[in-house]
Amino acid sequence: MSGKTHVTTTINGERTEFLCEPRQSLLEVLRDELGLTGTKEGCNNGNCGACNVTLNGALVNSCCVLAVETQDAEVRTVEGVAAGDHLHPLQRSFLENAALQCGICTPGFIVAAKALLEKEPDADEARIRHWLAGNLCRCTGYDKIVRAVLDAAAEMRRAPAGA
Amino acid sequence: MQDFEYVAPRTLDEAVGVLSKHGPAARVLAGGTDLIVQTRENRRDVSVMMDVKHVPETMELRLDAGGLTVGAAVPCARIYGDAEIARRYPALIDSASLIGGIQVQSRASLGGNLCNASPAADSIPTLIALGAVCRIAGPDGRREAPVEEFCTAPGRNQLAPNELLVSLAFPAPPAHAGAAFERFIPRNEMDIAVCNAAASVTLSADGATFVSARVAVGAVAPTPLFIRAAADALAGQPVGAAAIDRAVEAVRAAAQPITDMRGSAAQRRHLAGVLARRVIERAVERARTA
Repeated sequence: MSGKTHVTTTINGERTEFLCEPRQSLLEVLRDELGLTGTKEGCNNGNCGACNVTLNGALVNSCCVLAVETQDAEVRTVEGVAAGDHLHPLQRSFLENAALQCGICTPGFIVAAKALLEKEPDADEARIRHWLAGNLCRCTGYDKIVRAVLDAAAEMRRAPAGA
Repeated sequence: MQDFEYVAPRTLDEAVGVLSKHGPAARVLAGGTDLIVQTRENRRDVSVMMDVKHVPETMELRLDAGGLTVGAAVPCARIYGDAEIARRYPALIDSASLIGGIQVQSRASLGGNLCNASPAADSIPTLIALGAVCRIAGPDGRREAPVEEFCTAPGRNQLAPNELLVSLAFPAPPAHAGAAFERFIPRNEMDIAVCNAAASVTLSADGATFVSARVAVGAVAPTPLFIRAAADALAGQPVGAAAIDRAVEAVRAAAQPITDMRGSAAQRRHLAGVLARRVIERAVERARTA
């Protein structure tokens, strides 16, 4: 077995150190070593988006990233979306729109939608549907998810973060 | 996942050294969207995972008067995020913006898509149509290869086990040139091509005559195909249905499709012609408005 590698990275703004085997994905380390179980394993092959996190600002499938690759990187997970007890507009909007049933895909959708709205606050429905094509939901039929993102986008435009 | 060692060389020489030392069980990791999944599913035997993203040449993205250099590990999102590249090489953006979802495009590279050598790869017809050249590093130095000769069979390419794809070099588009890529999938997004096609054309200054062209199709043969006969059918001819019909016939004649879960051989042959016509027409449109 290859030895364990010591990795220093930043997760949700906090400097984090962990030991991992080279073969461990970022998803496995987040869940199994660091206890950040908000990030979900769906397909484990890059199709479903349930494991979405951002890596240096880019939306990625954490099942298709080796944890050792994150040395000196900036990782953000669903645990970093809310500000303490204060839910993010996307999280509130998912609740208000009932945009989830079983909930396994939800963290991925929230992380993916947040990455979009931070870049493109005016994203329209077509853009949102296109952006979220890499996130699969087997319960909702997507409509409520898209409406939740549209509502959150409208709210975020009225009250931008930090304003 | 199978056990392997991880190395992240900082220079090309170091990277070639790793490949020379470990042979075919050393695999080159760029975005990992194919390789990590294949390794997990034991479709590849990997003893050393060599991450090349710290080798500056593989992450280079440079546009200048001589053309465009795309490092082999540059992710698709970085390519379509560059407005000037998007303006000058729209066919590249057609491909880079539909490989997987956004999550995949954040990591997946054109170099990886090429080295993975899928017959249905969505960037390879475009690379061929644009006349890309593969820049390859090995123990004996550098060499170049035309991209249409790079893939040799499904999942196989012409690299020796101790060679590394460094970058892709694209010539500067001449005046009155245009190119386009399209694929057919039964869904809107996120699927493997049933068939795909790319074309580039250079027109006369008045836009009335094909000066030259390159046409390529994918998922209709063991490797993406460069259709020389389609280019020959267009070159020197007036822009219009007669020449395009002959090019489309050449594409259908060159296709050697199989029947599988994604489509029948007959459907693929039909699609190859339909898509070839669309990309030639779109390339003409772009050439006239470039």
